[in-house]
Amino acid sequence: MEIVYVYTKKRNEFGRQCNFSDRSAELHVDILPDPSLAVNFIERDPCDVPIQCTQEMSEHEVNTERFESDTRGINHVEGGWPKDVNPHEMEQTIRFRKKVEKDENYISTVMQLGNNMEHCIKQNNAIDIYREYFEEEEVVEESEVQPSAKTINVFRDPNEVKRTASSLSWHPDGSRKLAVAYSSLEFQKVSKDMSLNSYIWDIENPNKPEMTLKPVSPLVCLEYNPKDCHILVGGSYNGQIAYWDTRKGSQPVEMSTIEHSHRDPVYRVIWLQSKTGTDTFSASTDGQVLWWDIRKMSEPTERLILDPNKKGNLDNALGAISLEFETTMPTKFMVGTEQGLVVSCNRKAKTPAEKIVCMYSGHHGPIYALQRNPFFPKNFLTVADWTARIWSEDIKESSIMWTKYHTAYLSDGSWSPVRPSVFFTIKMDGTLDVWDFLFKQNDPTLSVKVCDEALNSLRVQDNGHFLACGSQLGTVTLLEISSGLCTLQKNEKALATAMFERETKREKILEARHREMRLKERSRSEQSKEEDTKEGDGEESPEELITRIEKDFYEIVEAELKKRDKGEEKKAIIELPLESDI
Amino acid sequence: MAEVEETLKRIQTHKGVIGTIVVNAEGIPIRTTLDNSTTVQYAGLLHQLTMKARSTVRDIDPQNDLTFLRIRSKKHEIMVAPDKEYMLIVIQNPSE
Repeated sequence: MEIVYVYTKKRNEFGRQCNFSDRSAELHVDILPDPSLAVNFIERDPCDVPIQCTQEMSEHEVNTERFESDTRGINHVEGGWPKDVNPHEMEQTIRFRKKVEKDENYISTVMQLGNNMEHCIKQNNAIDIYREYFEEEEVVEESEVQPSAKTINVFRDPNEVKRTASSLSWHPDGSRKLAVAYSSLEFQKVSKDMSLNSYIWDIENPNKPEMTLKPVSPLVCLEYNPKDCHILVGGSYNGQIAYWDTRKGSQPVEMSTIEHSHRDPVYRVIWLQSKTGTDTFSASTDGQVLWWDIRKMSEPTERLILDPNKKGNLDNALGAISLEFETTMPTKFMVGTEQGLVVSCNRKAKTPAEKIVCMYSGHHGPIYALQRNPFFPKNFLTVADWTARIWSEDIKESSIMWTKYHTAYLSDGSWSPVRPSVFFTIKMDGTLDVWDFLFKQNDPTLSVKVCDEALNSLRVQDNGHFLACGSQLGTVTLLEISSGLCTLQKNEKALATAMFERETKREKILEARHREMRLKERSRSEQSKEEDTKEGDGEESPEELITRIEKDFYEIVEAELKKRDKGEEKKAIIELPLESDI
Repeated sequence: MAEVEETLKRIQTHKGVIGTIVVNAEGIPIRTTLDNSTTVQYAGLLHQLTMKARSTVRDIDPQNDLTFLRIRSKKHEIMVAPDKEYMLIVIQNPSE
């Protein structure tokens, strides 16, 4: 559509007509270059010219082709019918089908497929195979590794005359150092050349001890102060207690006075839990347990005499060989005696008679090791004679679990600080046994021959991974235990709890039964005593008793030998009962 | 002949089985317990799927072969037992 605007103007108002004409080019102005003008200008040198060396880019826009989608449907129609069969004719299709069904191939195929199918149908009917049944089960890393112990380092006594490594103590911080007390515990075998020194070893350097401790008499036991890693207390062969400060040198800082110390070698000294961190107590075979404050060593702060009759009679006293103290139970402590009794004591009792709470008997020889289970303080381990026994505090008549009688004497033992069911024992034939009673109860889980001479002392490091054992010739061996034995297994605490409870219950039942039987015996013997008072002395004299016992003993030995000859392994020794339903 | 009947009948009478179809390689349903249109639909679609599944299995490992195919859906489960010549299809409602 054209937009038109019309306006009128008279012709005579226009003005003169424009007459255009062509003309050739005329030069109007010609300005020639004037060099004098150059004076007004200065040549610029240098000239800064920016240059950019980049790719030349250009911007493009693209719009892709539209993707067109389409929905299609399939109309299914029966197909594949052979040419001669008309799909619409029922007769023909039926005939065809019947023919196919008669085909042998068809029969065998359908049979086979039918079997497979049935299996799956039944599967579906039995269980929902797609449901997540084991959601919370984590993949358990089964450690197929055999338990093993590897010797890392061996520290030998640098002196000519070899002494027994009678006690070991790990440094409380990080356990990089090991304090070893050397002494000769064999009766009257102390030679003049024997050195009195005990050493502190750095575990990385087995060639030379890091520090020497010079006591007046050889040290039988040595302990680091768990609160202050520079202080050590040691009990010596002559009964004195001394304490060292490693910052102050090799000489003891202070020693206890001889009059107030023990009369026999001090076999064990333990640090107590106190605010000042300076309290210790010591035990010796002279029958006394003495408490000391290391700031004032002139006199013990307290004294306890292990008299089983509770009368404080020193002649009657039991010699103490081991002590047990758990920092979680600061008022109670236990003493293991030479006579094979474990005495449980209460520190806070008012009278000395009440200090001794109860005694556990069951061992035949001196109790070399006594320790509560770090996870179950009610249960403690004792190592003595040829067996190791586990006790429950409540059952006083006998131990709840025990090992078989070994051929060699057991000299020390300890629980593992990381696993409640693992403990270690060492024997006089130089072997270290690792027991895991949740895994196997009749035999140690691992038995390692550490050295040819007898092993005397054992100490496990706090992480449960390393342990050190000292031998009769002063050789201390540092062993590393395989990880399976020092990592807590799942459910271990629960299983160990169940095991302890079960054994405790069993012993309780036995105890009750014994009591009943004893009551019956007593009532029966009372009755019979009334009857035969006329018979006179019914009791045997000591000699007759001895001959009778001897005869019984020989009979038993002969019977045992006969049984052994028959080839039967009938054990007359008490065994740890096998638990089948862990 | 009678064993075939017996097998198919046994399959059909299992708990939860909705229908059974025997199809040949050309897609002709030889034996079916469902109506014709459903049968034809199942036969055609499952045949293609089975072929695809088989070719997938053989692509990954040429020595391998498809033995069974199970498709579980919300409503039921379709089980296909393929063979060279024939194919057995069962639709089951699994017990849950």
